Amino acid sequence: MKNNYNFHIGRITPLSRDNVDTDQIIPKQFLKSIKKSGFGPNLFDAWRYEDEGYPGQDVSERSINKDFILNQEKFLGADVLLSKDNFGCGSSREHAVWSLMDYGFKVVIAQSFADIFYNNCFKNGLLPIQLSKEIITKLFDIAEQKKEIEIDLLNQVIVCEGNELCRFEIDPFRKECILEGLDEIGLSLKFSEDIKNFEIKRSLDAPWVFNERNEG
Amino acid sequence: MSKTLYDKLWDAHAVIQRNDGTHLLYIDRHLIHEVTSPQAFEGLKLANRKPWRISANIATPDHNVPTTNREDGLDGISDEVAKLQVTTLDDNCKEHGITQFDILDKRQGIVHVVGPEQGVTLPGMTIVCGDSHTSTHGALATLAMGIGTSEVEHVLATQCLVASKLKNMKVSIDGELSKGVSPKDVTLAVIEKIGTAGGTGYAIEYCGEVIRNMSIEGRMTVCNMAIEAGARAGLVAFDKKTLEYVQNRPYSPKGNDLQLAIAQWHELMSDEDAIFEETIHIDGSSLKPKVSWGTSPEMVIDIDGTIPEASSESLSHALKYMNLKPGMKPSDIKLDQIFIGSCTNSRIEDLRIAAQVVKGKKVSDRIKRAIVVPGSGLVSAAAVEEGLDQVFVEAGFEWRAPGCSMCLAMNPDQLGEGEHCASTSNRNFEGRQGYGGRTHLVSPATAAAAAISGNFVDVRELVE
Ligand code: SF4
Repeated sequence: MKNNYNFHIGRITPLSRDNVDTDQIIPKQFLKSIKKSGFGPNLFDAWRYEDEGYPGQDVSERSINKDFILNQEKFLGADVLLSKDNFGCGSSREHAVWSLMDYGFKVVIAQSFADIFYNNCFKNGLLPIQLSKEIITKLFDIAEQKKEIEIDLLNQVIVCEGNELCRFEIDPFRKECILEGLDEIGLSLKFSEDIKNFEIKRSLDAPWVFNERNEG
Repeated sequence: MSKTLYDKLWDAHAVIQRNDGTHLLYIDRHLIHEVTSPQAFEGLKLANRKPWRISANIATPDHNVPTTNREDGLDGISDEVAKLQVTTLDDNCKEHGITQFDILDKRQGIVHVVGPEQGVTLPGMTIVCGDSHTSTHGALATLAMGIGTSEVEHVLATQCLVASKLKNMKVSIDGELSKGVSPKDVTLAVIEKIGTAGGTGYAIEYCGEVIRNMSIEGRMTVCNMAIEAGARAGLVAFDKKTLEYVQNRPYSPKGNDLQLAIAQWHELMSDEDAIFEETIHIDGSSLKPKVSWGTSPEMVIDIDGTIPEASSESLSHALKYMNLKPGMKPSDIKLDQIFIGSCTNSRIEDLRIAAQVVKGKKVSDRIKRAIVVPGSGLVSAAAVEEGLDQVFVEAGFEWRAPGCSMCLAMNPDQLGEGEHCASTSNRNFEGRQGYGGRTHLVSPATAAAAAISGNFVDVRELVE
């Protein structure tokens, strides 16, 4: 599963909370899967449904929490998720990113992100954008008005109704990863010689690091 | 140029800097558990790649394993989906020749308890694991970070992590802790002060008199929750206590290697004039036992404090979820369950402290269930040896087999809907300990005292 794109047009789903944690994004009972797909129906499971979900269940039978933002008609298909401070805090589970993508989100905008989640986004091609509180507030209005925004990754700007709303920062390498869908392991393996040399040096400096179990 | 401990660890492991500014950071050890690794091994296979250095990897199942009927091994896992995850780890380890402490091994346990216990975690190393609480290992002057599954795959394949350098934060806790105030209270106090995003982008070095006087196990408790303050890594400088702790463990160096290691380990502290981008001071003498009341680890109050007003959307949402009102005190919270365990507080020292509080007393009738889950098979054996299991059982606790258990409730140990739990774990997120469950993060001493009293009490009054 990978999004590769330089430009995205979409409407916004506003999730007005701070500290949205990975346990909320995808509750633990769904982490038992050994796959990367199929998490979408259980994204925000505890907020989205009235009952407790379990893996492998047919979610169409479940009663939904009509108040929750993902269940509101006006936000159906709005594939840019907007939230507040410290989005994605908590565990390192990449399942959080897989479930957001599997559900259909292409971009997550927040005032700030937790480190591991932020990293995990790029590994999979989900674009996280960090913006100031002022802009976030504006975007919440735009979401309510069901307006589309244009996210231009190449030029790092967000446009709404023809007007530039803001610019955003993104690390050049990570940008490339999303634009090109780079094979990060392949790229790192180009430095195999450097890694090997480093390893030889380290094994001379600190041989015990390379020891197996050592009952001696 | 003077360096922080983090700078030193970083410099000793930076392989190269790439054009985009990121580094390849060499990883000495990689810990693996069943939940975040299957997709990584699958990825390796699909790309036709092999692990770079097999001996760097150590695995153990912990998140999914049941804490009862452990002698049945895999057959004791009634949930087929969970079982598949555990057997997938078995298969992957077998296929690649990776050492695993499997479900029946007496060394099995929570990966963050097992690493230090085996001497797999050593000072001066870089350690990663597909689990955010890898920060725990930083207590041994180790650069330890949690990573996602793609990074697990990357580390397996390249023995490196693509990383950008973090900023340095110093959290200095001075003075002397009152009796009954423990490392858990210290780490909660830090989060209360800087917030759950306060450490984002930083490595936190904990220092000051309180940390220097703290046991290694206590330091692990503190570093464990660095991630709850947003920091990917927590660190404590090497000292005599570190050396005492790491010596004579199965994986730790012996003989000449040990002498060589000690010489290097003594460098593992920040230089006197090292520069930290951020410095926080906490007066340890003024700290009281802490209780989290809400659904984020920053929603913390003193044991004699009051629950705050709903001054923001997040706070009012948390109050509603927890079914609590502003102005209530911790002692007003009706508790249903007690959980002593998790990588934060399941080491022998934690169990000793809790056992001391419950010894000769009975769990209150108001408590539906109180469980103790040791962090590893070896912790469990040590506790049994000391008779701690009996102390707990006689008081009315259930003594369980090691694992993550009700810290995240992926196994059958769960809270019922609406139940409140005094828990020694690290996250009080909605539903973390079971659907609709309500978690209060506390120290082992406070959890034990709550079990006996049936509600939160100030453990300082009990230990005096
Ligand atoms: S005990 Fe809890 S926090 Fe620690 S590794 Fe297990 S699930 Fe994670």
